[in-house]
Amino acid sequence: MASVAQPAAQARRARRWEGLPYWLVLPTLAYLVIFFAWPTIQAFGLAFREDGVWTLDAFDTMVNDLRFKEALRVTLILIVVIIPLQFALAVAMALLVNAQLRARGFFLYVFLLPLAISDLAAGIVWSSIFTERGYLNTVLEKLGIIDTPYIWLDFQKESLLLFTIVVAEIWRSTALLMIILVAGLQGIPKEFNEAAGVFGAGFWQRLWHVTLPMLKPSIQVALLLRVILAFEVFATVIAIAGEGTTTLAAEAYRWENTNQDENVAAAYASLILVLSLVSAGIILRFLRTRKEQLLR
Amino acid sequence: MTARAALGRIGVHLAAILLALWVLIPIYFITLAAFSTQESVYQYPKALLPTDLSTDTMSFFLHSEGIVPSLQRSVIVALLTLVISLGIGTPAGYALARFSFRGADTFRLSVVGTRAFPIVILSIPLAVTFVRWGIDDTVYGVAFAHTALALPFAVLVTSSVFAGISVELEEAAMTLGCSRASAIARVILPLALPGLAAAAIFVFIISWNEVFAAAILTLQHRTLPAQVLAVLNASPLPFKFAGGFFLLAPSLIVILIIRKYLFNMWGRVVK
Repeated sequence: MASVAQPAAQARRARRWEGLPYWLVLPTLAYLVIFFAWPTIQAFGLAFREDGVWTLDAFDTMVNDLRFKEALRVTLILIVVIIPLQFALAVAMALLVNAQLRARGFFLYVFLLPLAISDLAAGIVWSSIFTERGYLNTVLEKLGIIDTPYIWLDFQKESLLLFTIVVAEIWRSTALLMIILVAGLQGIPKEFNEAAGVFGAGFWQRLWHVTLPMLKPSIQVALLLRVILAFEVFATVIAIAGEGTTTLAAEAYRWENTNQDENVAAAYASLILVLSLVSAGIILRFLRTRKEQLLR
Repeated sequence: MTARAALGRIGVHLAAILLALWVLIPIYFITLAAFSTQESVYQYPKALLPTDLSTDTMSFFLHSEGIVPSLQRSVIVALLTLVISLGIGTPAGYALARFSFRGADTFRLSVVGTRAFPIVILSIPLAVTFVRWGIDDTVYGVAFAHTALALPFAVLVTSSVFAGISVELEEAAMTLGCSRASAIARVILPLALPGLAAAAIFVFIISWNEVFAAAILTLQHRTLPAQVLAVLNASPLPFKFAGGFFLLAPSLIVILIIRKYLFNMWGRVVK
C-alpha cells in the first residue's frame, strides 16, 4: 500500500514545488514594478501633464531655458570624448591584467579601486588637483614648467573646463569597462592567439583581428552601460566646475531642488531616458553580434 | 628573440606601473590634503610629501554642522538598502539559479534590462510619490530608491553565487532527510555566505556612493554625499578635501575584500 501511496505523494510534492520559483521571484518583480516601472511612467506623466491637462509647457520651459543648450551640448561632448579614450585605456588595462604580470593581484586591486569611488568623491579629488593652489600647479612649478599658478578651472574657457571633467571621469569610470573586458578576455581560448602567432601575426594584428572581434559581446555590454551612465553625469561636474558648466542631469537636479519645478525636472528626466534608449538602440544595432560569431 | 621577449616583459610591467600611478596619485594627493593642517591645505606651492601630518583637517570636517547626523543617516540608508535588496533579491537569485521555470528568461532579461535605464531619473517622480506616502525627506525614502538601484544587481549576483554551488549537494542533503528549507539553511547558505557577503558589501557601497537620488529625495535629513554636495561650493578647501577623502575611503577597503568576487559578478552580469 505504501508503494502505491508514495508516488502519489511525490507527485503532489512536485506539483507544490512547481509554484515555488514564482513565489521566490514575486517580491523582486513587485518591487521593480512599484519602484521602477511605475516611476518611469510617472516621469512622463509629470513631464507632459500639469494640473490634469496634457501640455508641452514643461518642455517649452526646458528648451527655452538659457542653460538647456549648454547642458545638452556638454553632455554629448563628454560622451563623445570620454568613451573612446577610456575604452582604449580599459583595453590596455585588461590586456595587462591578463598578461603574466608580477604582482598581478596588486595591479588588479589598483585598477579596480575607482569602481567603488563615487562621482562626487572623484570630482572632489580632481578639484584638489586642478584648483589654482592645487597639486597640478605645485608639480608643474616644482618641475619648472610654470612660475605662476595656471588657472585650470576658468569659467571663461569652456574647453579647458571640459578637459578637466574628461580627465576626472576617465579616471573614475574606466574600471567598470575594464572589469567587463577582463571577464570577456578570460573566455577567449588561448589557442586562438597562439595560432595567430604561429602564422606570424604580431601583437597589434592579433589584437585587431583576434582579440577585439572575440570580445565583441563584452564590448557591446560595456559600451551600453557606460553610455547610459554617461547621460547621468552630474556630481563630478558640480564638484569640479561648480556653476561653470552644466549637464542634463545637473539641470534636472537644479530644476527639482533649486527651482522646485518637478515638471521641468521630469522633462529633463524624460529627455535623458529617451536619449539613453536611442543610444542603446544604436549600439545594439552597430555592434550586432551574430550567433555564429559568438562561438559559445 | 629571448632578449626581445625580456624587453617586452619589462615594457608590460612599466605600462602596468604607469597605469597604477595614474589611479593612485590622485588618491595619494587627496589623502595628503585630508591629513595635513588646515594652513597647509591653503598653502601654495603644496607639500608633495607627508611633512606635516595632522588630523586637524579631518576633525574640522567631521565637526562641521550636519556632518555627523548625515553620516549616521548614510549608514542607516545603506544598511536598509542592503537588508531589503538581499532580503527580496536572494530568493529570486536562488530561483534563477536552481529552477527552469516558464518566464525565467524573460525575468532575467528584464532584471538585466533595468541596468539599461538611467535609474537616477526615477527619483524625480519618486519624490512626488514619497510626499503622498509621508516618507519624503526620510531615510526610508532614500533607501527605497537605492534599493531600486541595487536590487537588480543583488538578484544577478546572488544567482551567480548559487549557480556556483553544486546542486548535487542540495539533493544529497534532501535524500538524507532534509527538507528543501533545511537543506538550504544547513548546506547551501554556509557555502554561499562568502559570495553573499561580497554582494552585501557591494550593495552597501552602491548606496553609500549614490548622490543624485539622495539629493533629490532629502531636504533637511540629507545623507552624507547629499550634505557634502549641498554645501560643497560654499565650503572652505579643508572641508572639501577632507570630505572627498572621507567619501572615498571605504572604497579602498571594499575593493580589497570583494575583488575576487567582482569578476564573477560582472562576468555573469554580462551573460
